[in-house]
Amino acid sequence: MALDRFFPRRKPQVNRAEQDTPDLWAKCPKCKANIYLRELEQQLYVCPKCGFHNRVNPQKRADVLLDGPLEVWSGHIWPVDALEFHDTETYPDRLKRAQQKTGRPDAILTGRGELDGLPVALAIMDFEFSGGSMGSVVGEEIARAAERAAAEGIPFVLVAASGGARMQESALSLMQMAKTTIALEGLARRGLPYISILSDPTTGGVTASLATIADVIIAEPGALIGFAGPRVIQQTIRQNLPEGFQRAEFLLTHGMVDMVTDRREQRAELSKLLRLLQARIGPKVPAKSSEAGASEAGASQPAPQEGEHHHV
Amino acid sequence: MSKPVPTPPDHAASSAQHSIDQLQDRIRDLEQTAHDTGQNLDLALGPLREQLQELHSQKLPSRWERVQLARTAGRPTALDYAEWICTDFVELHGDRVYGDDQALIGGPAYWQGRRVMLLLQQKGRDTKDKIKRRFGSANPEGYRKAVRLMDLADKFGLPVVALIDTQGAYPGLEAEERGQGWAIAESIQRMSRLKVPAVCAVIGEGGSGGALAIGIGNRVLIMENAWYSVISPEGAASIIWKDASKAPTAAEALKLTAPDLLALGIVEEVIAEPAGGAHLNPQQAAHNLGQVVSRHLDELAQQSPEQWQQGRAERFRKLGAFEER
Repeated sequence: MALDRFFPRRKPQVNRAEQDTPDLWAKCPKCKANIYLRELEQQLYVCPKCGFHNRVNPQKRADVLLDGPLEVWSGHIWPVDALEFHDTETYPDRLKRAQQKTGRPDAILTGRGELDGLPVALAIMDFEFSGGSMGSVVGEEIARAAERAAAEGIPFVLVAASGGARMQESALSLMQMAKTTIALEGLARRGLPYISILSDPTTGGVTASLATIADVIIAEPGALIGFAGPRVIQQTIRQNLPEGFQRAEFLLTHGMVDMVTDRREQRAELSKLLRLLQARIGPKVPAKSSEAGASEAGASQPAPQEGEHHHV
Repeated sequence: MSKPVPTPPDHAASSAQHSIDQLQDRIRDLEQTAHDTGQNLDLALGPLREQLQELHSQKLPSRWERVQLARTAGRPTALDYAEWICTDFVELHGDRVYGDDQALIGGPAYWQGRRVMLLLQQKGRDTKDKIKRRFGSANPEGYRKAVRLMDLADKFGLPVVALIDTQGAYPGLEAEERGQGWAIAESIQRMSRLKVPAVCAVIGEGGSGGALAIGIGNRVLIMENAWYSVISPEGAASIIWKDASKAPTAAEALKLTAPDLLALGIVEEVIAEPAGGAHLNPQQAAHNLGQVVSRHLDELAQQSPEQWQQGRAERFRKLGAFEER
């Protein structure tokens, strides 16, 4: 589960006091503040003290962005071991473990929902499943979701969380970079917006394909985003990497993302953008007055604390 | 597509290797005996030595041996092939944004008489040249130059011929600052939008997104001893086993050779190399590459622009292995 590092694992022998208040408090991995769990949930798993963005699972992600439930599209296609890949364990064993851990066939959740009254297609990568790596199933689900969004005439939002293309499917994984990029073209042809949210981490083949060809790229504060991994780069240049290298804020400074947006503001930001960048054909959605927009966002999501407005 | 990849070449290779090992042991024993006893055993040794030579020539290389062949010193580079196959190649420089990458170069040329836009991943010929070209690992400006050349290809109706030979995009600090991932993604996208046909050939190494960036062809070909994979064997070994010396094992697992990729449907055709590898007879290798690419260009020339675009999209759309439940 995504919050393992936030919620201390329950140890078999705990003292009395801990037993009385199981998991009510969590320690922020960054600022070490003790946070009341309910508050953490209300803050969409962003530390209310320091703004640290914890990873969240795809279902929570959908809850955060949508007005109501997600009409799930994914889940009917399953990975296979086409290469009979075997390293320290077999690929089917790895898959089984990841499937049991996450309850889904592969590292992706797609579907349709309403975001502030607007229909959208959502594709959310699951970092807990094999590091969110993109193999044939992830590629196919994203391609199908993009094609369906284009057919239904609705915008497409990707939440990326991935170490890159999946090694265990070798060249087949590599080809998913091309497949997803090509499938997303359908949206462009119909003038439909595609927005990506890059969360921690978004690296490798996912950065080098679908995640960065979006019309608008939103990065989450502190997220690691890049092509090559920091360790590989360090081995290449044989120097220490500068502070904040490949983090969301670094990429904003270098012109690679449109904004760094606190998770608690992403819904409001998307709502604004999707109204501004709507398709040239089809019914028009009116702008919301800034006051109405603000109160709407305020009603459904707690506003971030003062001084935590990361987006620009 | 959910069938496991058959592995006959390597089974054959390992049994051939077994025979070779046995034969070598027998020859060594006989030689030792001849040396120890002073007997002349040439009559017995002669046929055995011939047999060994014969076996060596039959033996198919293992996956790791092919990876090594793809890297052999003296193996023709993309520019070598361009010079042997093409006429009037005019190299165009620069991405008009930042710089001129030396690892990914290109420009218009005649490919055996056909006007084309060449995209070449160039590793370099001598040490100095290799360093200048970062051993064929392009920076973002290389991919942005490729995008610019694809714009020109569309404008002037030049089919694109891409020769792929890279261990991967350059993993440097400045490459990241200038958006390596973004540049590769743009190149993939731009190539998929081409209004002209594209033929790609992996001539040596096809490492990851850095190779795929110019690999969105209507036809994707690979030379017999080239490899193409999501990651280099060393990269996979250091991630899985935290030990780059496990690269031979990783190469086996990654199924990255030409026969593997043909079985997976990743490539349309394997281009034969001269016996022992392209480096042993570069002119023959260039002849084969030239002919096969020309044939595909001629076939594609019969199609319409819609068929080029749609054909390329459908080709990549169907790649993958999964099952519906």
